[in-house]
Amino acid sequence: MAEQPLLRVRNLGVSFRSGGVESMASCGVTYDLSPGEILAVVGESGSGKSVSALALTRLLPPEPACMITGSVELQGRELVGLSETELTKVRGKQIAYIFQEPGTSMNPVYTVGFQIAEAVKAHRPEISNVQSTVEASLDAVGIREPARVSASYPHELSGGMLQRAMIAMALACDPKVLVADEPTTALDVTIQKQIMELLARLRKERGMSILLITHNFGIVANMADNVFVMNQGRVVEQGSVKAVMGSPQHPYTRGLIGCIPRLGQRRRRLSTLEDALRESETQRP
Amino acid sequence: MSTPTLLEVQGLKVHYPRPGTGWFSKADPVRAVDGVSFVVPRGKTVGLVGESGSGKTTTGRAIVKLAPVTAGKIIWEGVDIGQMDNRTFLPWRKKVQMVFQDPYGSLNPRADILGILSEPLEIHFPQLNRSDREARCAELLKKVGLKPEQMRRHPHEFSGGQRQRIGIARALAVQPELIVCDEPVSALDVSVQASVVNLLQDLQDELGVAYLFIAHDLAVVEHISHHVLVMEKGLVVEQGTPEQILGSPQHPYTRTLLDAVPKF
Repeated sequence: MAEQPLLRVRNLGVSFRSGGVESMASCGVTYDLSPGEILAVVGESGSGKSVSALALTRLLPPEPACMITGSVELQGRELVGLSETELTKVRGKQIAYIFQEPGTSMNPVYTVGFQIAEAVKAHRPEISNVQSTVEASLDAVGIREPARVSASYPHELSGGMLQRAMIAMALACDPKVLVADEPTTALDVTIQKQIMELLARLRKERGMSILLITHNFGIVANMADNVFVMNQGRVVEQGSVKAVMGSPQHPYTRGLIGCIPRLGQRRRRLSTLEDALRESETQRP
Repeated sequence: MSTPTLLEVQGLKVHYPRPGTGWFSKADPVRAVDGVSFVVPRGKTVGLVGESGSGKTTTGRAIVKLAPVTAGKIIWEGVDIGQMDNRTFLPWRKKVQMVFQDPYGSLNPRADILGILSEPLEIHFPQLNRSDREARCAELLKKVGLKPEQMRRHPHEFSGGQRQRIGIARALAVQPELIVCDEPVSALDVSVQASVVNLLQDLQDELGVAYLFIAHDLAVVEHISHHVLVMEKGLVVEQGTPEQILGSPQHPYTRTLLDAVPKF
C-alpha cells in the first residue's frame, strides 16, 4: 500500500504482574491500519484481543502492574511511553472506544446528553455551543429525537439506542480511529445489523478507521477489509478477509469458522475448536 | 406428529399493568404475551425466536410459573397447570426446569457447586441423604462434562461455558421431562456455544428430555430445533419445521430476522 498507515503497531506486548508473577496477555502483535480501513480482530475470550486494543492508549493499570512493550505509532507519533496527561489527549480525541455492554459503559446517574457533553468539553474546548454538538452527533448515528434522547437517563433507553448513544459519544470528538470492542454481542440480530450498517456508513462518510473486535466471523465477512486472528495472546493468522476466510491456514482459524452454525446448512453436530485442533494433530507427520 | 404431546399451550396471555399507573387505572395493560398456542412433543426441541420485547422469554417463564398467567391454558399431559397455586404446582416443578441466559447471574456466588445442585434435590427428593446427594451430584457433573472433584468449588472459579454447564446440571438434577432454555448460549463465545449446543443434543439423545429453546440467533435455533416458532409483539407470527421457516418464510417479520443474520 502506497499510502501512509494511520496507525502502525509493531510487536505490541502486554503483560500483567501480580504477586511477583508475570503473566503475558498478548505479545508480538503487528499490524497497520490505513485511513478508512476496517480491520477485524477475532479470537475467543482470553485470547488477548481486547487487551491489545486497550493497550493502544493504555486504558490499563499503570506500571509496574501492567507492562506494555513494542511500538504504537499514530500518524508517526509514538504512543507507548507517553505520560498519562499526554495520553488523555489521545484518548477519545484521536482513538475512541465503544464497548460491548452499552448499559454498563454509561454512568447511570447522569443523562446521556450530559455524558456526551463531558467528552466534548474535555476534548474540544473551542466549541461554544456544546448542546448543539451533542444533538448533532446523536442525529448522525440515526437517532430521530436527539433532544429527547439527550435528556434521557441510560435506563430509559433500549440496548440498541444506548449503543448508538455510545457511538455518538465517540463521534462527538471526531476521532481518527474507532475501536469497537464487540459492539453488538449484547444485541439482537436486527439491531446488530443496524449498528453494523451505521459503522459502515460512518467509515464511508468520515473516512474513519475502525478496529473491530469480535468473535463472530459472520460480521467479519460482511464488514471488514482485513482481519487477524488471535489465540492465547498471539496472532496466529493475518491477511485480507477473502484470503483468511477463503482458505484459512491455521487450524485454530478453521476451528473458529467451523463451529458457527450457518443458516440453511444443517448438520447433525457442530464441530468444536477441540475437534479442529485434534484433527490437525493427527494430520501432522 | 407421531410423538405424544408433552405440553400444550393454548391462548396464553401474560399482561402486566402499565408502569406508572394506579391499581384501579383503566389504562391498557402491557400485552407481553397476547394469545400464544403451541405444542411441545415429548423428547423434541421447540425453538422460539424473536427480538427482545417479542414476549419469547415471558412465554418460557410463564410455563415454569415465573410469570403470571393472565389467560389461557398450559396443559401438561391433560392437566391445566397454568392456574395452579405454587403449592399444588410443586410436583410439576420437578418436571419442568429452566436454564437461564446469564451464567454469571443465575448461580448463587456464595454456595459451592454441591450446594447449588443439592438444593433442588432437597426439595424434590427429600428421601435422599447427604451421601446420596453427593453421589448424584458427581454423576450430574460427569454428565455435563465437568469433573466430580470440582463440586467443592464456587461459581467464580469457573468460566462462562462451564457455569452454563452447571446451570444445565442443576436443571437435570430433578430428572425433568422439559427444560426451558432461555437464551442459553447467547452470552457465550462461538466456540463455547458449539460445545454447549452439542451437550444439549447429547443429553436429549440420552435422557429423552424435551427443550423449549428460546433464542434470537436463527442459525442456532435452526440447528437444534425440530419445530420453530417465530414471535413478534406477543404473538406467534409463523411456525413450522426449520426447513419451512428458514427455507420459505411466509411472514415479513421472519424475513427481516433472516436478512439480519450475517452470512458468509
